[in-house]
Amino acid sequence: MVGLFDILGPTMVGPSSSHTAGACRLGFVARAIAGGQPERALIELHGSFAMTGEGHGTKRAIIGGLLGFRPDDPRLRESLEQAAETGLEYEFGQADLGDEAHPNSARIHLWRGETHTRIQGCSVGGGRIRVEEIDDFPVEFTGSLPTVIVQADDVPGTIAEISGLCAEQGLNVATMRVDRTSRGGYALMTIEVDGRIPAELESELGEKPWAHRVRVLRQLG
Amino acid sequence: MFRSIEEWIEDAADAGVTLPEAVLRREARNTDVDPDAIRARVARALDVMREAIAEGVSSAERSPTGMTGGRARTLLANGPRLMGEELTSMLARAIATLEVNARMGLIVAAPTAGAAGVVPGVLMTLAESRGWSSEQLVDGMLVGGGVGAVIAVRASIAGAGGGCQAETGSAAAMAAAAVTHLEGGSPEQVSQAIALTLQGMLGLICDPVAGLVEMPCAYRNASAAVHAVAAAEMALAGLDFPIPPDEVIDVMGQVGRTMDVRFRETALGGLAATPTGQRIAEAAGMPELVELQRRGRTQGERSARLGPS
Repeated sequence: MVGLFDILGPTMVGPSSSHTAGACRLGFVARAIAGGQPERALIELHGSFAMTGEGHGTKRAIIGGLLGFRPDDPRLRESLEQAAETGLEYEFGQADLGDEAHPNSARIHLWRGETHTRIQGCSVGGGRIRVEEIDDFPVEFTGSLPTVIVQADDVPGTIAEISGLCAEQGLNVATMRVDRTSRGGYALMTIEVDGRIPAELESELGEKPWAHRVRVLRQLG
Repeated sequence: MFRSIEEWIEDAADAGVTLPEAVLRREARNTDVDPDAIRARVARALDVMREAIAEGVSSAERSPTGMTGGRARTLLANGPRLMGEELTSMLARAIATLEVNARMGLIVAAPTAGAAGVVPGVLMTLAESRGWSSEQLVDGMLVGGGVGAVIAVRASIAGAGGGCQAETGSAAAMAAAAVTHLEGGSPEQVSQAIALTLQGMLGLICDPVAGLVEMPCAYRNASAAVHAVAAAEMALAGLDFPIPPDEVIDVMGQVGRTMDVRFRETALGGLAATPTGQRIAEAAGMPELVELQRRGRTQGERSARLGPS
């Protein structure tokens, strides 16, 4: 569905909605998935991101997103300098993610404390993005709705419990996707909801014995 | 939003409201956001547009590649010679917005960053001579948003999807519709303004030099702005176009889908692939792009979706 502000926006730091605004959003979402600001980042650029990214400020935009800046934040221009000040070490590389990958794709590795998180996503135009992989799990969400990401034991009943908790909080589930590495192993669930996600949902999910890691992505705006 | 201009006009007529009011109601219903909050957000977008123009016409700062920067100021300093104060100022403001965009300034993509100069160039300039209030400008933006949404659904607003006709063409149709409405044109005249704008922009390719949103984008925004005013002038005078706007939009979609991929933002054809375009890309540090340009079409097919938007 095309909304009014898909046409009259985004309000953004130039020059390109896909290579700058979308790149920033990818970084922003990756930061949220990692649970906060990473200490170290390796960003592999694919296709057009790698080829014309330099002139579009794609690197500055992704780093800005990792620092928590949104696409309309003027600090995107100085994000590389800000990264140095806030202790974010970063490195860029190139990767061929295959012909199937969207040309504006990036694979982002983040290290935060003991945790390493790998996110692959793409900028699909007009500043909109799609997250396609978290660690070894295929996922698909856009960040345009609040999203809950739960890494859990692959045991019966988890989906019912999660949707029950959402219902208790008055949240309407827009999409839900489950992927698992192997039967009886880990599953990764991504749940996009309408409306603000209350902090209680995050903490209640976190207390479940089957939940390993719960992350909440606020709306990108 | 609406799926056709016809549906939009009928919806407004059935509800007995204006075109912008119909857009506002539909957006409020789809998003569950209060109409006043939507208007306030549009007003903030207008503020950003004003600030970008103010910065762009006063600064000669170059973009990182040096391809743009300072031209809006030069135009105002040396003009007008032929077009009068108002249209010359409109050209400068459209260019100024793209110059600010190229140096990582704050702009409003309307509908895209590459076409961000058209709507503000037209609206902010005519608002001065026509005395439109801020609230009226919000109405104009709502009309423009309605037009862009129909084009996004029926055709494309992305250069990668439909060439420059999809970007500056859409922006020009948005601006022409907004102006026609604000000048008291009927919904039928607004609809004619859209058709009259797009018929003149069909087939325009997207061929950004070095793959960057700078050249020819800045100049294309300027010419699209003047084209939009010409279409609005004709529509307001009662001139009509035999093909309805929805059908013109569908043609734009067909032309875009069948357009060679070299002309859809890939920077592999058109002005981008000229000998001079290649030299600029090389100087901007894009040897891989130049290599693809030299190899020509076969590689271009694989890169169909490359490029900015």
